[in-house]
Amino acid sequence: MHADSARFPDNVTAARRDPMLLGALQRLQRDARAGRAEVIARLPEFEALRDAAREIRNGALANLAANLERFEENVIANGGAVHWCRDAAEAGAAVTRICREAGARTVAKGKSMVSEEIALNAALLGAGFDVVETDLGEYVLQLRDETPSHIVIPAIHLTKDQFAETFRDAHDALPEDRSLEEARAITDEARGALRDVFLRADVGITGANFLIAETGSVVIVTNEGNGDLAQSLPRTHIVVTGIEKALGTVEEALTLVRVLARSATGQEISAYTTFATGARRADDAAGPEAFHVVLVDNGRSDLLGGPKREILRCIRCGACQTVCPVYGAVGGHAYGAVYAGPVGSVLTPALSGLETAKHLPEASSFCGACEAVCPVRIPLPRLLRLWRQDAFQAHLGPTALRWGLFAWSALTAWPGAYRAAGAIGGRVLRLLAMGRPRLARLPFAGKWTGGRDLPVPEGGTFVGQWHRRRGK
Amino acid sequence: MSAPRDDILGRIRAANPGPEVPVSPGPVPARGRGEASALRQRFFAGLDMAGVSHATVTSWPGVGAEIERFLAEAGPGGGLVASNDPMLEPCGLDRLPGLRRGAPEAGDGVSITGTVAGIAETGTLMVRSGPDIANALHFLPDTHVAVVDAARIVGAYEDAFALLRAGGAPLPRNVTLITGPSRSSDIERILQIGVHGPRTLHVVVCDAP
Repeated sequence: MHADSARFPDNVTAARRDPMLLGALQRLQRDARAGRAEVIARLPEFEALRDAAREIRNGALANLAANLERFEENVIANGGAVHWCRDAAEAGAAVTRICREAGARTVAKGKSMVSEEIALNAALLGAGFDVVETDLGEYVLQLRDETPSHIVIPAIHLTKDQFAETFRDAHDALPEDRSLEEARAITDEARGALRDVFLRADVGITGANFLIAETGSVVIVTNEGNGDLAQSLPRTHIVVTGIEKALGTVEEALTLVRVLARSATGQEISAYTTFATGARRADDAAGPEAFHVVLVDNGRSDLLGGPKREILRCIRCGACQTVCPVYGAVGGHAYGAVYAGPVGSVLTPALSGLETAKHLPEASSFCGACEAVCPVRIPLPRLLRLWRQDAFQAHLGPTALRWGLFAWSALTAWPGAYRAAGAIGGRVLRLLAMGRPRLARLPFAGKWTGGRDLPVPEGGTFVGQWHRRRGK
Repeated sequence: MSAPRDDILGRIRAANPGPEVPVSPGPVPARGRGEASALRQRFFAGLDMAGVSHATVTSWPGVGAEIERFLAEAGPGGGLVASNDPMLEPCGLDRLPGLRRGAPEAGDGVSITGTVAGIAETGTLMVRSGPDIANALHFLPDTHVAVVDAARIVGAYEDAFALLRAGGAPLPRNVTLITGPSRSSDIERILQIGVHGPRTLHVVVCDAP
């Protein structure tokens, strides 16, 4: 797999030849669908909450500048600092500077997709800090030098045995004959190894699910408890997050909490929803003395001013990945991007440029499963279609497709010619098939049939059948 | 220092030429509304669903006795540490041998803390940090025993925040909604209880007249 969206077609071919990956994806899609349906059936207000969640996120985007200013004001009032960063380089530099000023050696990291987006680990390791991912999935990925393949289940592509094998290599001080057969044993080993990290870390880094303007709070929603240890034990707490996450009030966040876990993991609520407001108070028993929020733009303000603005409503639940038939067929790494699946196929062209990412908006059947589960009702297929239009206008598609589309659109202007061409086309295909139901190869479309068969049309054209049936 | 800030805010304002818009939170689900007795039943049902053991006592000194019983039965090893939350003062915790007060340490196996509220909606606890509570108490030891005042079992998350912010009090450094013990499904989606946070969460509800 290559972390490069331009390699998407090759990555897909490789993914389709990986039976372990395909098995994991099948299990994910089956179980997660059932889990979501079950938890939603227990909450009659769920659809009304989705409507409210959409409006809360729309309002947050409309009021974004004011929300961010109030958020900053309240963070400062509570003894914290806010750092504004236009891009990945500025954000990496800001976090590195804070770690240096804190005299840090060890940095304990909670799960953060924005930190993946800005390649934070590479920046911190390059500056000489010992950075350790502490989320169970992210930890094993860091040991394997891999990236997350799902927003909320980052190591969904790995098997239990691959976890065990990685831990055997990494934890070489432990007895070699220990059993790592069970997920329990693997989890306990990670817990033991990371406990030391939490206790010796000088800096804890977390992401944020929401920022709250009226209080200056940062909200994280987690299950393992690592994000809470990372923001409670070290002397310094750094939050790395996108600018779009600022909401107005605590109550707005609570509505979003009600749709987030139900969409993400099929839980009523995640184990821990934590509000962090500023640094420790003068008389507090414990807690970080320094609190820094690193706000990352990285293309978001551009999206805000354009036709794909609605993607910024996203609350990163991963539901669109979990239900997407394309994601389910190829996995997250094939996308070669930080964010995979439908949300990623809208975000990645904005983050890394349409030329590199031009394949991703094509990787959709527009079946609408993503939009149907999105807790904030983002019209993902429509946004993907906008990227396809951009790609067409920028001449990024294959020339054959371009001419084909021109020919097709010209034909549609002449219904008679269109019908005749359709009838001829059908006959030619039937002739080529020589009685077989499917065509494995097609002249001028070898690439297309390289991955699939074309069913041979039966029974004449649609319009022909229409007239025949109406005549009866 | 101000260049990126002005840049970003300027671009946001250019994208949003209109005035600020009013925003309303969503509806509070019906399961977060009801009589005190119904809410209490729902709170217990939520704890059961989240894998939390619980016991109800009818006097504050009874809390210490119940925790003693729980510790003898569950038998978790390691040190025992409690917060200085005034809520725990009448709980008779002094009967617990070896109890320390303050922040948790690496060798501690059990923590005892109070709670701001119990929330019926999902069997959730609200806990906070403060001068009397080191936040890591809720996360570091293997076993967390949380004491809930039955009079502070509320319906919805919003109600718990209303209790916490009564009289316009600012938010403490940390406030957490806890629902069940720590968990992960990162390995082949097999649910594991107890990853970095507690493996066991035991709730003692005090329903004192």
